[in-house]
This record gives sequence, structure tokens and C-alpha cells, in this order.
Amino acid sequence: MIIKIAMAGLLAATVMTTTAAQAETLRLLTWGSYAPDGLVKKFEAKYPDINVEVTFSNNEEMVAKLRATGGAGFDLAQPSHDRIFAAQQEYNIYKPLDLSKIDTSNMSKVHLDGVKGNTTIDGKVYAVPHQWGTSGLMADKAKAPDLKGWGDLCDPEYKGKTSMRLKRTILLGTAFDMGEDPFAAYADLAKYQQILDKVASKLISCKDNIKAYWKGGDDLSAMMLSGEIVASETWDSTAYKLYGQNKDIVFVPPKTGALAWIDTFAFPRKGKADDAAYKWINFVLEPENVQLMSASTGAIAAVNGGKDLLPADKKAAVNAAFTDADIDNLKFFANIPPGVEDMEGKTLEKIKAATGSE
Amino acid sequence: MQSNLEYDLQCSAVKKHFGSVRAVDDVSLDIPKGSFFSILGPSGCGKTTLMRMIAGFESPDSGDIRIKGKSVVATPPNRRNVKMVFQHLALFPMMNVYENIAYGLRCNGVSKSDIRLKVHDVLERISLPDVASREITQLSGGQKQRIAIARCMVLDPDVLLLDEPLGALDLKLREAMKIELKLLQHQFDTTFVYITHDQSEALVMSDNVAIMNEGKFVQTGTPQELYHNPAEAFVAGFVGDNNRWSGKVKTVTNGIITTETKAGLTIKGSARGDVKPDVGGVVSIFVRPEFIAAKVSAKKSGKSNANNNTIDGLVDSILFNGANSRVLVRDKVGELIEADVILTGGTDDLKPNDPVRLDWSPDQTMCFVG
Amino acid sequence: MRATDIKRLSLYLLFAPFALWILLLILLPHAGMMYISLREKVAPRVYEFGFENYINFFNEPIYWNTLIRTGSMSLLVTFLALLLGFPIAYYIAKIAGNRSRGALFLMCLIPLWVSDLIRAFGWILLLRETGVISSSLQWVGLIGTPIEFLYNDAAVIMGLVYTVILFMIVPLVSTLDGMDKSLIEAGYNLGGNGPTVLRRIIIPYAMPGIVAGCIVVFMLTAGSYLTPILLGGKNSSWFTEQIYDQFITRYNWESGAAFGFLLLAFTSIAVWLGLKLSGQTLNSTVADT
Repeated sequence: MIIKIAMAGLLAATVMTTTAAQAETLRLLTWGSYAPDGLVKKFEAKYPDINVEVTFSNNEEMVAKLRATGGAGFDLAQPSHDRIFAAQQEYNIYKPLDLSKIDTSNMSKVHLDGVKGNTTIDGKVYAVPHQWGTSGLMADKAKAPDLKGWGDLCDPEYKGKTSMRLKRTILLGTAFDMGEDPFAAYADLAKYQQILDKVASKLISCKDNIKAYWKGGDDLSAMMLSGEIVASETWDSTAYKLYGQNKDIVFVPPKTGALAWIDTFAFPRKGKADDAAYKWINFVLEPENVQLMSASTGAIAAVNGGKDLLPADKKAAVNAAFTDADIDNLKFFANIPPGVEDMEGKTLEKIKAATGSE
Repeated sequence: MQSNLEYDLQCSAVKKHFGSVRAVDDVSLDIPKGSFFSILGPSGCGKTTLMRMIAGFESPDSGDIRIKGKSVVATPPNRRNVKMVFQHLALFPMMNVYENIAYGLRCNGVSKSDIRLKVHDVLERISLPDVASREITQLSGGQKQRIAIARCMVLDPDVLLLDEPLGALDLKLREAMKIELKLLQHQFDTTFVYITHDQSEALVMSDNVAIMNEGKFVQTGTPQELYHNPAEAFVAGFVGDNNRWSGKVKTVTNGIITTETKAGLTIKGSARGDVKPDVGGVVSIFVRPEFIAAKVSAKKSGKSNANNNTIDGLVDSILFNGANSRVLVRDKVGELIEADVILTGGTDDLKPNDPVRLDWSPDQTMCFVG
Repeated sequence: MRATDIKRLSLYLLFAPFALWILLLILLPHAGMMYISLREKVAPRVYEFGFENYINFFNEPIYWNTLIRTGSMSLLVTFLALLLGFPIAYYIAKIAGNRSRGALFLMCLIPLWVSDLIRAFGWILLLRETGVISSSLQWVGLIGTPIEFLYNDAAVIMGLVYTVILFMIVPLVSTLDGMDKSLIEAGYNLGGNGPTVLRRIIIPYAMPGIVAGCIVVFMLTAGSYLTPILLGGKNSSWFTEQIYDQFITRYNWESGAAFGFLLLAFTSIAVWLGLKLSGQTLNSTVADT
């Protein structure tokens, strides 16, 4: 256990240097843009004895960070709903929530129930929803009007003009496009491996069609805006941002359904400022604050009428993208059972290492 | 200027400017085959620049440099058969002695077996037959010196340039190396061009010496000529030791100039140099210490020429240095005059505060205008 | 307290930060990584001791191919950095005047003032299909349609060389600086031409600096992450990316740790081979410059 002690010590040291001595500190581990400055200032004005410290991260890194310390170093984390169950089972990094301390009345029921269902272990709930969004496709309507499904990225018509991120989203999307249901196959990993193999050979043969795999919102935006690509797999928020600059660029929910994720609130196991964390959760759920938050994140709050609390331009982008049927067709990411990340990782490596079409 | 094979190295009207500085100004020289030629001058006089032009590291602004009668101005340094021993020798530290000497031969495409023969032969000639496999750092100062020369000589150069190579050695070794260099030059029978600011190195080793000052050759000649017949006050002052005065000419009779120094001494001398002094003109007066006889005043022995200069004074101090011992005599106006004496260790030797009479001939008193 | 005790104490105190640094930041984490790399994951929260993670590496061609690819491209980057850095270092050390030396050094330093990420984005701006170079070439009329210079191995190598070249130049300048100019002149004087002087005198003299620079550059390149990821194309994988994926994407710390040690072993062997082949020792090179 030397390693754990050493790592914990190191992390603690870095955390300590940034901790103010007197006031209680709320250490947030969240996504970039999920803690806009204005909102943090407003919160600190309301609770003068609480000091908010924000660390920006992503799903994988959040889990890795908490795993390194056994759940210490942060008081509130915001992983997606599918990153709670298995991570908790394997690494024991979260602690259950006291739902009585959260004002759940305002939360949209479908999301709350979904998250609860996903993150209940031994009858205890480990997360509540915050914002939700989707992954799907983005297309320049002027140049790729017929793009409808995940598989269309491999359409030779757009050769060298499409992009995707080489992560699990595209594996799942392609699986759906090929008529499979990967989430159902989570229960039978051998079956899931078969699906992955099919997906891999499809994506390898698709490699020639791809200009480059994007790595972050910035390079994706640059390629799309410059016209170097005409369509791509994308986060909806990125597409909404681009819609603001070029009305031809829209989010396209794939015909098999956009993949939906819900970013949650979860408590790291060794968090120290639980009360402050509950205060933050309730604070950001207040409608006026939801508005501020959604303006920054571009995602929809998981509250009743969340879409209407979006700023006008984002709302326009969402309306341009989704019909009600599309919303009904959403595929929420299923809990990732242990071992699946490894299988998916290996498949992604295989695709990356393969040279061109086979 | 003739160009024939009698001369290994010739320079004609060579000029080199660095910005507004005239490093080498209209220098001409002819160095006969197989001679030891020195260029002597104070530091900054341009002698190093001249040598670098001969080696090809600088090119002259104008003028011509010929080696064995052929102009080399357009020849790159590695194609000139002029080799150079650098001030700090520049032995290659990453090669051993054998490789250092073999380097030049390899560059010339000599076969391996010939290289072996030549390297061992040259090591024999410099009396260091066993050092071939040593590293440079394992050599003594004198050995390094000889290896640096051997490294050049193995290539059989037309001219060997030496750039103050003794400067870094301690005194004793320097004295020994002077003689050794001279012997090596005889042994290899190659033209050596030696650059130095140390007059004793130049005088001891050279067949001919050029005195250089401010970019120009002031006088060229054998060491004896330079010493006894300097053409200019600069040469007289630079070569050898002197008692030096500045005086005004009183009279000029039968070639003997009578002068009066600022302090009031009357000194008779002979005119040197191209310009003859006039009455009332200012002259620089040089007298070598070895021409001044210092005798105890009380013993009125020995006749002195009536024309000679005589000055009475007291021995101020004795500078004992074996055969080169001197006395410093304080004259009546309070100046110190140096004179060579022989100190035998007996009771006749001069002692401080002895009254002495200094006596020297006007012929040995060199007067230059200015 | 006696004087010797005080002396000893002060020595300990002086040494303490260094010892702590080595212990806490180097030895302990490595010991921990070693421990993790030897654990086999059997089930959630259940581990067994064994070499499975290392065996997996050798059984999966994707992994060792990536390592070999990373190694050979790092060698190429090292070689190119040497090829480009040597003339620059030679110019700085032997030709430039005192004043321009400082300016030249500064120019080499400037790329290090901005972060890896910014530097990579700079390259992206230049090289992309709609980027500066492609558009200028179009504007001049040399090419008809835009050309993509980005997302290939050449872009990765260029970006890496640009990033690491300073670490090649600094040790080279410091060794060449100590070289007496007359050695070079002697090389010419004794009949050597330019290539001979370079090969027989300048390069052997600069060997410690060359080897030191190559070691540093090779290590930096093989261990770099952002540049190859951001500039690389669809097929260009880099071993550090593999390690990152194991740790972060796949939550597989065990095999990530094993990969880390394999990279360390690989680069160490490469450096050791380089030292053997060039006849240098670690003392004569890195410790000296």
C-alpha cells in the first residue's frame, strides 16, 4: 500500500497548498464550462463562508483521479451516469447521497428515475442528474444534406471529408447503425465482443473515408468551420456552438437515435464538505441559475422544462436539430459493466493501428 | 622583386586591413631556402596576421605571397605546403601521438605501410621513438612541442611556420627548446619562419630577423646587424638592453656628436640611421650596458681615450646574475646607469656605494634623430 | 555540540531536499508502479501477483509494433535534430560574435516559452489544408487545390524536431565552445579538407556533446505525448498514447504500469546501445556537459 500512501500524500500536498485556511472549501471536480465564473461568484456571495475551487476534467480522468486517492481530494464530482456503477464496484470511490437534502422536486422525473436506476447499489443512491446532452452527428447542410445515420460517415460520397473521435461513442453508434443493440449485449460479453469485432472491421474499412480523428472540440470546430470536413461525429454542444457561427452547420440526430448522456452529481468517498456540496447542488438547480449554467455548458438541464431555460440561440439550435420523435428515440448510455472498457479500448487500438482499408 | 627557387617564401607588398586598423601594411620579404627566419615585434604589431596570411587563414587585401616561386594567394590553406606550429600547439586531444602525426599523411592519401614508416622515422628524428601510442595528455610540455613539430615535418613542408610556440613553457624548458629548435631546423634543413615578441628567442635561433612594428617591417638583417647597427631608434630600443637618454645636439665634429641631456649630462656619440642630426636637433641616445666599463675611481689604472665619455658616480646596487651581472650606478644628476661587470667573488668586486667611473666610446653611443 | 557534529548536521540538511526529492518523486512512485504492474486483475477488487501484464504486451502485436514505431521515429527525430542542430550549434559556438550569440540562443529558446499545446496548435494552423502554407502555395500558384500537410508522420516528426532541437543545441554549443579554434585550423593546415576536418576533428571532439544531446532528445521524444497525438494522422500511434489509454480510457492501471516500465526499459537499452556504439560513457557525456 506504499503507493497509495505516497500518491495520496502527493495529491494531498498539492491540494493543501491551494486550500484557504479559514473558510470551508468546496472542491469541485467537473467538466470545463460546468462552473462558470459568474455562477461561482454568485454562490460565494450567497454563502460567504464557502470557497469554491474548481478542477476541470473529463469522465475518464475524473474516475482515474478519484481512484488514485481512493475518493479523496474532492467534495463533489460530476461524472456521466454510466460512470458510477462499475467504478464504484471496482474502486469504491463514491459515497451514497442523502436525497432528503436535495430538492429533487424540480428535477425532470424521467432523468431522475433513469439516473437513480443506473446508480443504485445495495439500495443506496449514488448520483442525481444535472445536465444532459447527446452525441450524434453534425453536418454542413449545404454540402452534406443527406447525412442521416452513423454509417453515412463512411459514405464514399464524402471521402476524406468526414471525421470522428476514436472513442467508445463511435463504436456504439456504429453498432446501432449495423442493426445491433450494444447496450443489450452488455449482459453477454461474448456477444458484445462479436459486435465489437464487426464494428471494428467496418470502421477500419471506413478509415480511408476519414480525414482525421478529432481529439477535442477545438480541432473539430476548426475542421468543420474551414470546410475541410463536411460531417462528423460530435457532441451536440459543439454543434450548437458552430450553429451560432454558420447556420448551415446543424446537429443531426442519427436515425438510430442520438446517444444520450446525463452528467450527474456524485460524492467522492472521502469528500469533506458534504453540506457545501448539497448547497451547490440545490443552488444550481434554481431556475435562474439553471439558465446561467446552460448558457455556459450548451447542455440541457435535467429539470422540468429544461429546454426552455436554454439561451435563445442555443434553443434555436436545439430546435433545428431535434424533433419530438428524435427526443423519443434517444438512447441513454447504459451502465458500463466491468471489463467492457477494456474490450472497447482494445478494439479502438486495433482500429487505430490498422493501416487504411482492408 | 625576383621570384626564383632560391627563395622558399616571398611576400611582396602584402597589405591587410581590419576595418580601419592596418594590421599588415606593405610588407615584403624574401626568405632564402633552408634558413631560420624570425619576425620579431611587440604584440599587436601584425606579425600573427602576416603568418595567418602565409598559412592561408586570412587573405591579403593586396600584394602577393609566393612559395617556392609560385603564388599561393588563391590556394586554400589545406593545399599549401606550409605547415604551422600553433601557439598552443593544437595537438588533437582525441588522437594519440601516432594518429596526430599520421593525420596529415592520411589526408594526403599516403598508404598505411608508408605512414607507419614515416611516423616512426620522424619520431626517431625528434628522439622520441617510444611515445607513438601515448595519449597527448600523457606528454610533458617539451615532448608536446616536439610532437607538434614532428606532425608538421613528417609532411615535408616547404616552410614551417612557428607562432610563439615557446610562450607556454617555463623558463628553463624555454631555454632548452631554443637550442633544440635550432638543431631541429638544421636537421630537417627546412625553412623555419618563427614569430615571437621575445628578442632573445629571435636572436639566438635565427639566421635573419625582421623587426616588425605597427604593421610594417622596420629592419631586416642578421641578429648581429640588428643589434649593432639598428636602423631606427625603435630597433635599437626593442633589440637588446640599453641605457637611454634624450638629448640636444650641441656640436657635430668629425662624425662625433656632442649632446646634452635634459638632466644636464654631456654625452658624445655617433650618428646612426638614415637621417643625420643637425646642431640644435633632438636625438635619442642608446648605449648598451656591455660597452660601458665601470672602474673604481680610486685606482686610476688603465688609460682611457680622451674622446670617451666618462661619468663619475656611486654604485647604487649590484645585479648579480653570474656571467651577466650588472651594476646600477647613480651619476651626479641622480640618474641610474646600467653597466656590465664581471664579478669574480674576490675582494676586487664592486660593492654598493663604491665610487666608480663609467667609461665608454662615442662609437658605441648610438644617436638617432627624434 | 561539537563542531564536527554541526558540520555533519548541516551536510545532512543540505542533502535532505535532494534525498527527499529522489525518494518521494522518483523512487516511491516507481516502486509503486512496479508493484501495480505485477498485479493481475482477476475480478473487481481481486488481484493476483504475476507477469501477465508483461506477457500480454509481447502477445499483442499492436503493442510492440507501436513501441517499435515510437522507437524508430524517435531515432529519426534524434538524427534530424542532430543534423539540423549541429550547424546551428557550430555557428553559435564558433562563428557568431559575442553579441549575436546571446540573441541566437534566445531564438532557440523561444519555442520553449509557450506550452506544448500552443506549439502544436501553431503547427496545426500552418499545416492544415486551409492553413497558412497550403493557402500561400495556392496564392502563389504552385498548387491548384489545397494540400493537407497535417495528420501524417512527417508533420509529427517536424513538430517533434522543432520541440526538442534546443536540447540538442545546448550540449553541442557547450562542448564546441571548449574547442580551441586552432584545432580546426591545424586540421586544415595539415592538409585536411572540409569534410575531413569535420569527420576527423570536429565531430570526434564534439562526441560527448553529440551523445549527450542525442540521449536527452531521444528520451524526450520517446516520452512526448501531445505533439504526436495532435499532429499525427489516423494511423500514427505513439507509445505514450497507449500508456495513457491504458491508464485513463481503459482503467487498466496494471497494464499501463507495465507499459511504462517497458518504455523505460526500451529507452534505457537504446541509450545504453548508443553509448556502447559511440564508445562514450554516461560520465563523459551527460554528466560533463
